[in-house]
Amino acid sequence: MTKKDDNISAMCRPAIGEAGKTGDWRDKRPTIDHNKCIPFIKKKPACFLCWLYCPDGVITATIPISIDLDYCKGCGICAEECPAKAIAMINEEGKDD
Amino acid sequence: MTDIQIVTGNQAAAIGAMLCQVQVVSAYPITPQTSLTETLSRFIEQGQLKAEYVRVESEHSALSVCIAASSVGARAFTSTSSHGLLYMHEQLHWAAGSRLPIVLCCVNRGVGAPWSIFNDQQDAIAQRDTGWIQIYCRNNQEIIDTLIQAYRIAEAVYVPVMVCYDGFVLSHTMMPIEVPEAEAVKDFLPPYKPHTILSPDEPRNINPVTFPWRRYDDRGVLCDGYMELRYKLQTALENSAASIIAANDFFADAFGRNHGGMLWSYRMEDAEVALTSMGSMATEATTAADILRDKGIKAGVVGIRVFRPFPKEAVRIALNKAKAILVFEKDISYGYEGALCTDLKAALYSTDIRVPVHNYIAGLGGRDVKPRELVEASEDSLKIIASGIREPKTTWINCFTG
Repeated sequence: MTKKDDNISAMCRPAIGEAGKTGDWRDKRPTIDHNKCIPFIKKKPACFLCWLYCPDGVITATIPISIDLDYCKGCGICAEECPAKAIAMINEEGKDD
Repeated sequence: MTDIQIVTGNQAAAIGAMLCQVQVVSAYPITPQTSLTETLSRFIEQGQLKAEYVRVESEHSALSVCIAASSVGARAFTSTSSHGLLYMHEQLHWAAGSRLPIVLCCVNRGVGAPWSIFNDQQDAIAQRDTGWIQIYCRNNQEIIDTLIQAYRIAEAVYVPVMVCYDGFVLSHTMMPIEVPEAEAVKDFLPPYKPHTILSPDEPRNINPVTFPWRRYDDRGVLCDGYMELRYKLQTALENSAASIIAANDFFADAFGRNHGGMLWSYRMEDAEVALTSMGSMATEATTAADILRDKGIKAGVVGIRVFRPFPKEAVRIALNKAKAILVFEKDISYGYEGALCTDLKAALYSTDIRVPVHNYIAGLGGRDVKPRELVEASEDSLKIIASGIREPKTTWINCFTG
């Protein structure tokens, strides 16, 4: 017998973009200066606080780190948490402070 | 050989849960439910029941534990009363919305303020709209039997079931009961199969945020939105009547006791006055009906066993010939009348049963109500109705209303 869901309660599988591309909610875009970023400078998997704190899980713990702007909502937590101040939040085009 | 034991309602429920081989129990003690969960924890501690007893700090957590256990395929049980049930209120919605076949014993008790530890049914009635099936028991035999039926019903329709019985009146009163054989209960209850696969190998996010409209999932399949899921729960409740009746019939065949499916009738064949109620007060009403018949009044009783789903069709058939309907209940929907009376009248609205219905509120906060008082109320009712009043005012029995 094959297992299957009865589809009587709400369920989804872990997947990128279940609620659509939420990046277009963003007013401010995180931009990273890799020359200030600790893992990039030390060439070691270190820090990654941005990856740890990102509530949407759109930052990779890689060297260099990368941010998936299709889904980043621009909350700015990464910039706030970065101890090296390597991330800056800049206005999206057409969006004012 | 028949196993007859003399036990309280709470012990009957604990033995019932053991016979159902529940795998996870989580409950928090509260009067008058305490001896149920104490008995069950002793069964587990002594190794008579192989189950996990999860100790928690509150009723909210107790039901949360059951929700988690049931989600991964364990047969889960909890029990509570009054404020404990109210504290579970949010999780009652989560259990039903998640379509988890949890069984909960509600040992009915009044609700504060002011404090009361004594019996009425306000606690369970206040949870009417949480999506749970509600079954009311009239004696200790019915408690153990209904609990066993409850898992069969719940696991067939994926709706949680609340087994309600009156605090102290049943929970702490000893009666002889016939304990079903463990093997026979095993045959009666097929193993529980969860409706959604949930394992580390196949991860699922259960109950994610649903937006107002339907949505496409990651594989491009159009999925139910919030309203579709609500409609499925409503349909499941409506259709569960068939499973409740089937479980009752199957149980009657297997164990020789028939508790009446959605409702039961007593001396209703030629009854002109129908006394209706739920739980132990319905049992008292049968004594009242006997007394009324001795006095020359053709009285009968319709005991509502299942309050949700409401037995609309069964009520229409049972009350078909009644010339007056009296509804005795241990709850009040403030600002209107007793909740049972409202539903009962609504069930009759589109029929030819256009008879006076007199609502009686009785026994709130444990105030005693005797069969003799139900008889007096019935006689008063008949006088009021005979005087031409079609809509008697809701009457509070044994209450000083000034």
